[in-house]
Amino acid sequence: MSSTDDAGKFGDYGGQYVPEVLMPAVEELEDAYERYVLDNEDGFMDDFRARLRDFGGRPTPLGRADNLSARYGVDVYLKREDLLHGGAHKLNNALGQVLLAKYMGKERIIAETGAGQHGTATAMAAAYLDMPCEIYMGRTDINRQRPNVFRMRTHGAEVNPVDVGSGTLKEATNEAMRDWATTVEDTHYVIGSVVGPHPFPTMVRDFQSVISEEARRQSEEQLGRLPEAVIACAGGGSNTMGAFHEFIGDDDVALYAVEAGGSGLGVEEGEEYAPNSASLGTGSVGVLHGAKTKLLQTGEGQIVESHSVSAGLDYAGVGPELANLVDEGRVTPVNVDDDAALAAFHRLSREEGIIPALESSHAVAYLEEYDGDGPVIVNVSGRGDKDLDTVIEESTERDLPEAPDMEVFRS
Amino acid sequence: MSADDVTAAFDAEPALVPYVVAGDPSPEATEAYVEALVEGGADVIELGLPFSEPIADGPTIQEAIRRALDAGMTPAKYLDLVRDLDVDVPIVCMTYYNLLLQYGDGNEVESFVRDAAEAGVSGLIIPDLPVEESGELEAACEKHDVALVFIVAPTTTAERVERILERASGFVYVQARMGTTGARTDVSEDTYASLERLPASELPYAVGFGVSEREHARAIVEGGADGVVAGSVFVDRIAEAERVADAADALREKAAELKAGIRDADRNGTAKPETTK
Repeated sequence: MSSTDDAGKFGDYGGQYVPEVLMPAVEELEDAYERYVLDNEDGFMDDFRARLRDFGGRPTPLGRADNLSARYGVDVYLKREDLLHGGAHKLNNALGQVLLAKYMGKERIIAETGAGQHGTATAMAAAYLDMPCEIYMGRTDINRQRPNVFRMRTHGAEVNPVDVGSGTLKEATNEAMRDWATTVEDTHYVIGSVVGPHPFPTMVRDFQSVISEEARRQSEEQLGRLPEAVIACAGGGSNTMGAFHEFIGDDDVALYAVEAGGSGLGVEEGEEYAPNSASLGTGSVGVLHGAKTKLLQTGEGQIVESHSVSAGLDYAGVGPELANLVDEGRVTPVNVDDDAALAAFHRLSREEGIIPALESSHAVAYLEEYDGDGPVIVNVSGRGDKDLDTVIEESTERDLPEAPDMEVFRS
Repeated sequence: MSADDVTAAFDAEPALVPYVVAGDPSPEATEAYVEALVEGGADVIELGLPFSEPIADGPTIQEAIRRALDAGMTPAKYLDLVRDLDVDVPIVCMTYYNLLLQYGDGNEVESFVRDAAEAGVSGLIIPDLPVEESGELEAACEKHDVALVFIVAPTTTAERVERILERASGFVYVQARMGTTGARTDVSEDTYASLERLPASELPYAVGFGVSEREHARAIVEGGADGVVAGSVFVDRIAEAERVADAADALREKAAELKAGIRDADRNGTAKPETTK
């Protein structure tokens, strides 16, 4: 069961680029993944599915967005991961991994988080399954995602601020890997996306693929057919792979991964900065955080700081499987800039009564450009309560026509 | 110098292998530091090529890498620096895999190995490249006569040690404790346990991670090591010093202290002969 030269490769992407000290843990996890997740040993998957239902509130609905459908002249269906317990798809993976850690006999949980949704989901799962939990989070993200910090602390998790660099997800991930290198014998590192060394990209995808499993079934039941397209936002890519996985064999279903176009595409050489997080569409091949994938980097291979108004998409890498699906032409990478995402946030809030996460707003925004006949499924990967402060501030700054005025606060 | 010269540097007596980050705070300073380390008794120099995401390094070396990158260090300038060095000990380059992948055109690591060998690099240590992923680099190293050093960690199983020994050249880097790099105030029990379980090998075993004092160096060699790697303790002195000349003096002194520790060791007393070559 130990890794071979082909372990966890998606084309040339993926692999296990980690320090030797972590390799035995990665191999142990690979073995546990194969036994518990793939072979349902000790009824692990049955236990997981039951908990996703009873604790998580699955299945989540697939609902028609009547007003958006009228606006675009296309049947728009929303997969409502915002209604999953905790308010985002992140629980699918966090619950799966914390439960797996429990089955493996691990005694402690660590995780990194960007927007704080994964940290919150992990803290919830750890509280629910009675495991001590520490979350690494960049200082910038702590400041822009305060509600999630409160939630993590409320669930009893320690939140360890990371002050290095830009203080976002990349730095938090580095720090979580360093913790894991020290504590690997009794600690499980719950990676929050379909990134990292094998088996994480595959395992996280499997935990998240419940999204497309349900959406595919719901589509057949409610629409009597499969959708023409599935649209999901892509940062690291866990909701993306979750929403796409069961449709990959359906050649007639187009798959759009919507990345954060931020305030402009490309990497500003000499600045070590990319004003976007569009690694699938504009990145180049490299190795980061345990896998070969597409990255935002300088010509010399230094990883650059990325940018998105959405903290959850603000990452210089992306899942290796997604990178390969793009190369194979199965997934189409597109991007939506900060302004368009903010506008979509307000549009969905006002026209459908759903406040989406800024991450998910990118997927909703792509409807503006979508020119098919429908029906389409948009994955609303999370709810946007956590983003309200940012959205009001950013909308006011940009004088966004879609934004409501907040004059009510003037005294 | 070649891959064999790296191994040969451990022949006469247990070797001192200091580490500094190239370009921290400038290429000229690094040249002075490397010379000072050699004057202090260094047998091999491990010279870091800075990468923006050093996941195997602790805070001290992360900061040094940040300083070097901010000061403009690049792979090309690194090779120029190595070319300019005037020392007669092997230079081993420690960096992360992504920099090799991006060097030259089209994700081929061979162009880096070729240019590094030409510049005078005798060995490579890539901490985020486990043996499973090392095939391409190993072939390039063999072709250009560059040693490929692998790390053995406290968690490494006997089966993995075998796999690593089959593919390693130059020396084997024994990680003394869990976690990342960084100076410590003691020698961990893990160190002795690690050394005791290593099989006899043609390659020298050099122990690192946490070494900062004369006594550590002595204890590690008495535990059976063929060499001592120390990094953060030197990097700390570079960070503290106000002038390059002060840092160079401190480095020379520290290297001499650790080398004296190595020479203090009673290799026939408490030593575990089965673990030495």
